[in-house]
Amino acid sequence: MAKQFDPQRNYLESMKAIGFVLLKEATEEDWKRIGFMSGLEVHQQLNTREKLFCRCPAGILLGDQDYDGELIRHMRPTLSEMGEYDGTALMEFKTRKEITYRINNINACTYDIDDTPPFKINREALEYALEISLLSNLNIVGEVHITRKQYLDGSIPTGFQRTAILGVEGEISLSNKKVRLLQLSIEEDSCREISDIGHKRIYKTDRLGMPLIETVTHPDCLTPHELHEACDYIRFLNRSTGKVRTGMGAARQDVNVSCRGGDRVEIKGVAHTKWIPLLSHNEAFRQTALLRIRTLLNERIPSWQENWHIKTIRLDLEKLNTTCQTIQNIRQEGFEAYAANLPSFKGILSHFTQPGKCFADEITDRLKVIACLEKPNMIFSEQPDPCNDPFDFEPIKQLLGSTNEDAQIVFWGPAEDIKTAIETIQERCLIAFEMVPRETRKAFSDGTTIFERVLPGADRMYPDTDSAPIPLPEEYIQKLRKKMPVPVSQRIQQMQTWGIPSDTWNYLLRKNLVPLIEKISADNNYPPKLISTFLGHTLKHLEGKIRKHSDFNYQKIAALFNFINKNQLDTAIAKPMVTIMMQNPKMDFDSILTSLKFKKRSREELLAPVGFLVGKFREIRKNDDPNVVLHWLMGQVRRQAMGNIPLSEYSSLISKLIEKEIVD
Amino acid sequence: MNEDFFQGYKGEALQILKKFNVRVWGVAEFDTTRGSFKGTVLPRAENDDDKHIVIKIETGYNIGITTSTIRSMKEVSYFKANYKIPEKEFPVTPNLPRVKLIGTGGTIASRLDYRTGAVIPAFSPGELYGAVPELAEICNLSTEKVFAVFSENMGPEQYIALAYAIRKEIEAGVDGIVIGHGTDTLHHTAAALSFMVQHSPVPIVLVGSQRSSDRPSSDAALNLMHACYAAGHGDIAEVMVCMFGPTSDEYGFLHRGTRVRKMHSSYRSTFRTIGDTPLATVKRGEVKPIKKLYNHRRKDRSVQIYPFFEDRVSMIYFYPHMHPDTIDALTDLGYKGIIIIGTGLGHVNKELYPAIQRAIAKGVAIFMTVQTLWGYVHMYVYDTGRDLMAMGVVPLENMLPEAAYIKLGWALGQTSDLEEVKRIMLAPVNEEITGREPYNGYLVYQGGVPEVEDFIRKYRK
Repeated sequence: MAKQFDPQRNYLESMKAIGFVLLKEATEEDWKRIGFMSGLEVHQQLNTREKLFCRCPAGILLGDQDYDGELIRHMRPTLSEMGEYDGTALMEFKTRKEITYRINNINACTYDIDDTPPFKINREALEYALEISLLSNLNIVGEVHITRKQYLDGSIPTGFQRTAILGVEGEISLSNKKVRLLQLSIEEDSCREISDIGHKRIYKTDRLGMPLIETVTHPDCLTPHELHEACDYIRFLNRSTGKVRTGMGAARQDVNVSCRGGDRVEIKGVAHTKWIPLLSHNEAFRQTALLRIRTLLNERIPSWQENWHIKTIRLDLEKLNTTCQTIQNIRQEGFEAYAANLPSFKGILSHFTQPGKCFADEITDRLKVIACLEKPNMIFSEQPDPCNDPFDFEPIKQLLGSTNEDAQIVFWGPAEDIKTAIETIQERCLIAFEMVPRETRKAFSDGTTIFERVLPGADRMYPDTDSAPIPLPEEYIQKLRKKMPVPVSQRIQQMQTWGIPSDTWNYLLRKNLVPLIEKISADNNYPPKLISTFLGHTLKHLEGKIRKHSDFNYQKIAALFNFINKNQLDTAIAKPMVTIMMQNPKMDFDSILTSLKFKKRSREELLAPVGFLVGKFREIRKNDDPNVVLHWLMGQVRRQAMGNIPLSEYSSLISKLIEKEIVD
Repeated sequence: MNEDFFQGYKGEALQILKKFNVRVWGVAEFDTTRGSFKGTVLPRAENDDDKHIVIKIETGYNIGITTSTIRSMKEVSYFKANYKIPEKEFPVTPNLPRVKLIGTGGTIASRLDYRTGAVIPAFSPGELYGAVPELAEICNLSTEKVFAVFSENMGPEQYIALAYAIRKEIEAGVDGIVIGHGTDTLHHTAAALSFMVQHSPVPIVLVGSQRSSDRPSSDAALNLMHACYAAGHGDIAEVMVCMFGPTSDEYGFLHRGTRVRKMHSSYRSTFRTIGDTPLATVKRGEVKPIKKLYNHRRKDRSVQIYPFFEDRVSMIYFYPHMHPDTIDALTDLGYKGIIIIGTGLGHVNKELYPAIQRAIAKGVAIFMTVQTLWGYVHMYVYDTGRDLMAMGVVPLENMLPEAAYIKLGWALGQTSDLEEVKRIMLAPVNEEITGREPYNGYLVYQGGVPEVEDFIRKYRK
């Protein structure tokens, strides 16, 4: 008698078989073993007043319900050169989505909804983007050609994004390697999705059309950490111009990952660079797992191309005698339910793919996206995790005439979507025999991803017949070169030379504060280390604690230090002053000092009360240990020292006086 | 060297291509003062300058390289683009109506050549089936390209050719006719066909698109489906324009050919019926009449065509301080008819009076329409109107200026007897003059008003 199949055990064994290790335990050897390879597409919004191809204001973000009107579009694929539909196009067409756009008159016009041709490109945006291209050491094109890049998911009402290449083949220098840049483009940002349920997807158009740049690297990063460093570098570089937007969604990255033998998978919507290592690590192992699945399946059915088909039957839900709650629920929804037999798939559905996920997830994700079946949309015969809503597959196996080597799925949805669902299951299973599918996948904070769409090919670019080419004369480029900020790699060297603690680098580069350190130090002859520690530790800490007024900006800190220097105050006063300034940026410095009850005192004035206080201490305590005296005394006078004298200096002066008093 | 190798290149750019032996469609490597580039050399648009060479780089984007920065370039391979549209046989389905699609040159459906960016029109049934497969569920489609001209170049010669083509199809037994047409002058052609083809037993539907069909959000496919449905299944046997109702992909309008006008330079929902409601709305599977009275579909095959047109007809858009010599010039050049588009109720300035009198004395037929588009010419209200009528200017009620121009050309094509011309002009063929203007025939709502904003938010536009 055959041993009972244990999906959980199969899951763990398959995880071991591919040599999966957790990110924190992984070494370079592991990534080398699986052939980890990755690159980036870093998107960054530019801080312009208007949108890229129309005169709507940029940067006004709105709530989901804040709209004046709606319109509906359906996207149709256009045939490619070879008379075939692009993979993504076909998939999106199968999904037959009705797309609704919400429009607010404040920041969307007839251009945004594709009822007016584009206006001339926003020159401000073009200039910012060129500046970043020059900083990225790219070869700048002689003439900019606006290109249309098709997107059928509806994220842009035209069905394509207007985009243009500004430079190709540049490079950035990381701590121990150079990463090559493939290209940099300027493009219009897309809509933000509000919801995507069944066949209806809703977008809002507030972000649509905002100028954006995309920096694309070659797949030169061979560890997840290199990838993280490269991404930070590109983001810092963008920010060093001071001309890009910051805040939620202003910078986003797509991460391209493959393992040896795998294929390019694009992880989209990685909101934080710190997520990059885990996401890319898990993806490389997911591909490694898919390659093992391919090997297993090919061993079992070498002639799969001719001989492998799923078998499906419609289930009569009324006759299905089960206590399974999920089945009870779908009965109430009025869905049709089908069972599918996957020949020789035993152990495949419960095969590890990502932490907490198995091959069956690849199918359920596609059923959601392609066939529009809302989750849960299926159950399967090898549920690895302990199931508290069990379903007995034995009767299903009998109905399907399954053997012990097969696996089964029960899936359900509206009648009109079943055909696509069956095709989707068949298609995903066939791909498993063949390759790692080229996909875009959506990132989650736990480091896993889900299927988003088929990765589009290069065959979706064509010239924008509505725009004329824009020449970039040499004089213009030379003029821009003169305005360029210091490169990030040079900034890092500068910080090293100044002896700035390395734990502040990330923050200082992220906020583009190094130029400020340079300025404050130069203007006031303060050591750069002092200013950088103030910014990188004190200010960062305060930012985490205090709600900043929207009028506050970092340039005000330069004015503050100039004031402190001019009035010969001690720099320790900067912290309480900046605390007030962040909340009341319009308050003048004298008023801030008044509100801190600050009084300018000479050294004599500061030391005058020492004799008296030592006497006082003796009255209340019988201890003459100078340290104890000093500690108590500093507590009494600390407040008046703030801003007048550095505490360390004050304390050593007092300490000398105490000694004198005690000796006397 | 053959000219064809350098499509669109001239001057400096052409010279440098020749110098380094690089052809259009050649994959070339460029060494320039701005670094190195590699890509396929593409043809250059004729009106673009001679200082740049366009290439498509590997990622599919196009870029331009400035000729003055080129140190050297080298063709490393060559692959000529192949323009061919794949054809799939249009399936014949028993019991579906036979619809004939007549092409005039506009691109109803097309596909892209990603290498060149060229839009290749799809027109044969097989090509259309490849682009809009849903058509096979609506009708049995056949197609014929009668001529190929841009919308703005359409004229009497084409109207007449279309009228003959329509008669031929009706007599051959089709259930409906669809005419693909550029949108700019769609309403002129619709008016012309309304006059030239009368008493049709089947629908004659003119259709175009506001967004070219090479883009995923194009209105072309849906317009074509709507038009084919209205032509094959609809009961309204008139000359109609079928275009988007709202800008959303929801439903189309069927507009009477004599009362329709393009009202926005780029909106999808640009065509509007003026001074009345549209004839019907159309969706796939349903033509829903709005007007109660219309010509019904018939089984017989009889149709009258009146393929006449006098092209010495002009229209004058009046403006304050217009000089009389504009009218004198037309008179002297031998024009036979003038449509004046007057201000308000149908007025022009006194300065023009002598010129108008002179024209009429020389036998020029002059008719009055209004710039306001909506509303009737009322020349009894003010002295100016009465003066003009006294001179012999004939008010055309609420006929649209474009329809009036077409009708005058058509009338003068039939007779030079001015009384007869006047009779023809004032006898409506198909509602180009309506006896009454319904209350809901004039709707140009303004944004910002709460109730309008509510309406837009709720029902879209």
